[in-house]
Amino acid sequence: MADAVIVVALLLVAGSATVAVLVRDPVRQALVLAVLGVVLAVLFTAVQAPDVALSQLAVGGALTPLLLLLAVRKVKRRKGRER
Amino acid sequence: MNPRTRLGLVAVGGTGLAVLLVAASLRLPDFGGDSHPYGDRAVRESLARHTANTIASVNFDQRAFDTLGEMTILFAAVVGCVVLLRQTRDEHRARPEPADVAPPVRRYALIVLPIALATGLYVIAHGQLSPGGGFQGGVVAATALHLLSLGADYRALERIRPVGLYEVGDAVSASAYVVTGLAGLVGGTAFLANTLLPYGTFNTLSSGGTVPLLNAAVGMEVACAVVVLLARFLDQAVEIEEESGK
Repeated sequence: MADAVIVVALLLVAGSATVAVLVRDPVRQALVLAVLGVVLAVLFTAVQAPDVALSQLAVGGALTPLLLLLAVRKVKRRKGRER
Repeated sequence: MNPRTRLGLVAVGGTGLAVLLVAASLRLPDFGGDSHPYGDRAVRESLARHTANTIASVNFDQRAFDTLGEMTILFAAVVGCVVLLRQTRDEHRARPEPADVAPPVRRYALIVLPIALATGLYVIAHGQLSPGGGFQGGVVAATALHLLSLGADYRALERIRPVGLYEVGDAVSASAYVVTGLAGLVGGTAFLANTLLPYGTFNTLSSGGTVPLLNAAVGMEVACAVVVLLARFLDQAVEIEEESGK
């Protein structure tokens, strides 16, 4: 049973990581990264590492996508002014 | 270097890395086995020091010096960000326009904000007892504050977030970690050694000797660091504009 959860979590991680690489638009990439963060947190919980899962949830699920979105906004604003 | 040589170089490096990784993995203990030599020792040590969460014991007691290094890395990264993202001479600040937020989003943000903040503080405070600790709780608490820009507006966020104070807090808590370490040295044992304070009653908030102190210092450091980091990014994304004609 526990092995099944780990296998499913591993497949989800591989899937969302591949999508994160294939998506080219940075805004969508940020959202996919957030999903990847949550899925990784599930995987870490499944392999009995709740401490790491919490870090992953906070940093990968919230902080990294947020910083990415802010960076994208800055770049887009500059482009908008140049036009 | 033409693309072909570059590709060749990547292929050589990648193959080498793959071979080494596979060779190293083959010698690892089996997945899910019942022999954990390092785990057993770490658990024994953490029980001896009355720390219920073995991970906290590893982070803030057995490997407290490693954590000092990690904290310093975060501190240096934030200092670097502050320097890179500062307002330069050819930039000016524009007041951000109030943006429309859908009422359900606003309501949700205001309901979740206190819960998230309390969760963050709880995770910091219980680092030595249950999964979590200063780093995790610090990130949660710091990001929770930013829900205010959704729930109210950006200016309300700026009012509860005087960046200067958080920068000072960042430095103070980073020094608090070092000072706690030095206290161990002055107390007659070694830098960051957990021998100074009584270990307390197992599984209570004050148990674990210096573990809760170091944990709290890291919690404050991380929370301040994330607030400062996000403030600089928000400044650049929302307020700072280049002078026209540049």
